[in-house]
Amino acid sequence: MILVGELSLWVALLMAVWAATVSFAGGQMRRGDLIASGERAIYATFAMVVLASLGLWTALLTHDFSIKYVASFTSANLPKIYTITAFWGGQSGSLLFWALILAGMCSVALWTNRDRNRELMPYVSGTLALVLVFFLATICLGSNPFERLDWIPPDGRGMNPQLQNPGMAIHPPNLYFGYIATTIPFAFAIAALLTRRLDAEWLAAVRRWALLSWFFNTTGIVLGMWWAYVELGWGGYWAWDPVENASLLPWLVNTAFLHSIMVQEKRGMLRKWNVTLVVSAFLLSIFGTFITRSGIISSVHSFAQSPVGKWFAGFLIVAIIATAYLVTTRLKDLRSHTELESMISREAAFLYNNLIFIGIAFSVLWGTMFPIISEAVRGNKITVGPPFFNTVNVPLGLLLLLLTGIGPLIAWRRASVANLRRQFAAPVGGAIAVGVIFFVLGLRNFAALLTYTFSALVLTTIAQEFYKGVGARRRMYDESAIVALPRLVARNRRRYGGYIVHLGIVVIFAAFAGLAFKREFDVNLRAGESKTVTDAWGHQWTFLSQGISRYRVLNREVTAIALDVTRDGKNAGVITSEKRQHVDSRGAPTFEPSTEVGIKGSFKQDVYVVLAGVRGTDAAEIRVTFNPLVRWVWLGGALMALGGLVVMWPQAERHRARAKSAVPARTPVHEQLPGLVRA
Amino acid sequence: MKPRIKFLLGGALVLGTAGYLMASAISETGVYYLTPGELSAKTKVDPTFYETGVKVGARVVNGSIVRDPGGRQVAFKMTDGAQTYDVVYRGITPDTFTDDVDVVVEGRLGRDGTFRATTLLAKCASRYENAPDKYKDTPGYKQAEKRA
Repeated sequence: MILVGELSLWVALLMAVWAATVSFAGGQMRRGDLIASGERAIYATFAMVVLASLGLWTALLTHDFSIKYVASFTSANLPKIYTITAFWGGQSGSLLFWALILAGMCSVALWTNRDRNRELMPYVSGTLALVLVFFLATICLGSNPFERLDWIPPDGRGMNPQLQNPGMAIHPPNLYFGYIATTIPFAFAIAALLTRRLDAEWLAAVRRWALLSWFFNTTGIVLGMWWAYVELGWGGYWAWDPVENASLLPWLVNTAFLHSIMVQEKRGMLRKWNVTLVVSAFLLSIFGTFITRSGIISSVHSFAQSPVGKWFAGFLIVAIIATAYLVTTRLKDLRSHTELESMISREAAFLYNNLIFIGIAFSVLWGTMFPIISEAVRGNKITVGPPFFNTVNVPLGLLLLLLTGIGPLIAWRRASVANLRRQFAAPVGGAIAVGVIFFVLGLRNFAALLTYTFSALVLTTIAQEFYKGVGARRRMYDESAIVALPRLVARNRRRYGGYIVHLGIVVIFAAFAGLAFKREFDVNLRAGESKTVTDAWGHQWTFLSQGISRYRVLNREVTAIALDVTRDGKNAGVITSEKRQHVDSRGAPTFEPSTEVGIKGSFKQDVYVVLAGVRGTDAAEIRVTFNPLVRWVWLGGALMALGGLVVMWPQAERHRARAKSAVPARTPVHEQLPGLVRA
Repeated sequence: MKPRIKFLLGGALVLGTAGYLMASAISETGVYYLTPGELSAKTKVDPTFYETGVKVGARVVNGSIVRDPGGRQVAFKMTDGAQTYDVVYRGITPDTFTDDVDVVVEGRLGRDGTFRATTLLAKCASRYENAPDKYKDTPGYKQAEKRA
């Protein structure tokens, strides 16, 4: 099976090369047989990559330590679930995983478009095949997961304990799905540029894929934050690390696109802009992968330096030049159909929304790249940290939050004064009320105050939109509110799903603002000693050490501290934190020790306890952090994902009915293209 | 004024503000990222590099870590081969901080030649992947070598 897997990788590469060649050739010569062959070759590529993946999984599960990848990332005593997830735990395996998902998505995209967009499809499959060629070539020639060691170690090195966490098992695949899904819109954009068919057709085809990418990107980022928070033990969930930034960049661009696409649909504007965004989302995904894997930017969590970086750099440069050439030579075909009529219009709000998203993306990119830029320009490596990103992005983020409240209230084209008065009365009233209430309650942090005021604006806007929608349904269909609400959402998934996403954003922003009230204490406790501290809400917490225990479990040796916790004199349970030293199957220590954080969560705040170390035999060094509102970050993330699902969910019956009437019956590919002659 | 022009003006205002924020944030919070050798060269040319916030990437000298038994202070030596500095750091050290790891410290170099670090990041090559030479220290490799 392993040998089959290795061989099928090479077959997959050949198939992808064939697919790229005949797809473009078929499109140019308008030969249906070549086009069909190209598509079949992509399906075949997928099948081959599936075989290769099964091969790697077989190697992992049978503990074949003669294979370097298996020996490097697993050990005989690694729990089975992590043996399976080790597939994407290292460099070469994760590239194979990437190729697997990419080939799968390509196949789905080709299959769902087998009767649609036929003029574009040859170029779509050609572009997709080229991307596949790149990944498969990188795997086969640069980083082969089937590479063998010239000796067989008795046991593998095991998996880094910090990766042995359910969050880590699902966070990278989510991010990968998000990254990879940008490839399909990119291929459609390239096809549209090549064929100069730049109307609504290609946009309609990519919207769902852009959403899918956004969805996985969102869940991937939030899961990553959660993993960092519960596993790394530094008390936060976002550090503006280059790798984190790399995942944020495509998200920002994708989010901008999902807004600006509406402007093109409704008003025929922003056509150049949309093509650029779609292409940029893909390029930034590749760029993110490049900086994670090349070691070009020092990050706390990068893969080891590897030759793969060069492959990615080369691909990136070629892709940038090619797309820049295509876009600039087709500017004439991308002219807007209409002009902006008024500054007080929905489209103007969207324009500003996009501007800010891109502004944020640019500042993140700039800050991430600054060490390299400054070294190249001035010969000195200068780094910027969280203060840079916060200074720039807090004002921009607040502006964006404000627009989230304003945008949905303004009419398209040109808003009338009456419209503005009617729409804004409640939201502005709500915002001012909340702002005043928080100020009176004693909130003096300016950024936090603005966040809560704007959040109130967005919340009232959303509530008003739902209220009006439900009211309209009740009048028209005589439904009760309970029936009307779900039907309203179901019938206008894009709109109301979008509002659910906005709701999630508000919740997350409100939680971010809570960080201003974080409190941290370092304490030294022997068994029986206690320490009392006060949190930002004014509660008094007492931590009484029950002492340190040491024991052995599964694949690790544990040093644990247990603290009896009381809040305002009342018992609040026990918090434990562990230091774990992982061992291999022969009891030898592997990796550095890792920390298991003790978290006592509530909607008000998390009490976050880290055992930093033990001095002597029983003096525990502990860091206690009160993290306000952290739970709301996860809740907001869940709401965003839910909203995304609502928007993406297929519009069942009506949609299918419409599709049926539009396409009479399935016809073979070559008969659908006018002027095609079968050779 | 045409709405298009108005929009462009507004956009320029937004982007200009963002640009200004970026520029000022870089000049206020940007720090030099140096190796000990580079830092030593800088201080020789320009003494203002003493007592200035910088970031230094270096390797912990094997066996140099001394932990203060009472408090949370740790002292160690860092080097890039060209220059070695004593480092003092107060705070909780990361799990990955051990002998021979690459660290990134942020802080100030005193005129006495001691680097006072305010943040300490340990960057381990084996964080996700084991560097090949590190592999050679594993018992498995050594056993296999013996057999060969």
